[in-house]
Amino acid sequence: MSVNKNLKILIVDDFATMRKVIRNLLKQGGFENVVEAEDGAAALKMLKSQQVDFIISDWNMPNMSGLDLLKAVRADDELKALPFLMVTAEALKDNVVAAVKAGVSNYIVKPFTAEVLNEKIEKIVKSLAA
Amino acid sequence: MDVRFINPFLNGTVQVLKTMAFVEPRAGKPFLKRDSLARGDISGIIGLTGSARGSLALSFTESCILKIVSNMLGEEIKTLNGDIKDAVGEITNMVSGAARKELETLGFNITAAIPTVVAGKDHSISHVLGGPSIIIPFETPHGPFVVDICIGGGGQ
Repeated sequence: MSVNKNLKILIVDDFATMRKVIRNLLKQGGFENVVEAEDGAAALKMLKSQQVDFIISDWNMPNMSGLDLLKAVRADDELKALPFLMVTAEALKDNVVAAVKAGVSNYIVKPFTAEVLNEKIEKIVKSLAA
Repeated sequence: MDVRFINPFLNGTVQVLKTMAFVEPRAGKPFLKRDSLARGDISGIIGLTGSARGSLALSFTESCILKIVSNMLGEEIKTLNGDIKDAVGEITNMVSGAARKELETLGFNITAAIPTVVAGKDHSISHVLGGPSIIIPFETPHGPFVVDICIGGGGQ
């Protein structure tokens, strides 16, 4: 089964440069339908006002962290089924455990390549379709 | 400073720049730095707390960081603009994360603060512990940069 490359992907990261890097890496995998938010609070607002198919979020952000965004998404009846990929520099075991407990779909530790990012997306989408 | 702190930061730096910017830096011999003068034109600094505390700085020469960020973004950047400052913060964050992951295997549980970025000729780096710090010098085909670490209090 091939993954729909028109998935609308929301990138959440407080660093504009990192959002641009992830956008470029997604483009290499054929994903070009991308929107951006600068933190969890802005992302949540966006999720309430427009349809998004997939979330890629950083962990450490001001206003609302990636983990708090994940918890808010999973607690919302309309959003709770959304695939959520955490992309973070936090690789400590406690962080991974906390993200899994909160219902993360998958987890990528920075630094990462386009191949790793696109493989994770395809894996999540395929597991949801199975 | 505990010498076990050196390799995780060295390895993390190489891993981050190789993966995100396709630049393979060569590490030189570490040395002790007793002043607060930065060895580059722009520096990212991040505080570390936990079973060891201190701070990490990455200090890049202009030519070096312009090439690194241009590679990361897939577009040529010619001046030290906002994108460069943003990227230096993110690179510092990633190096800290990669190093802390390796340090976790040595029994150190360390968390990091949000990085800050300082730019300009002859700017200063203020380490949390005051200093002296260890400098790991790196060479790239696009110019040098250094990793400047001052960590202590591990007690392990």
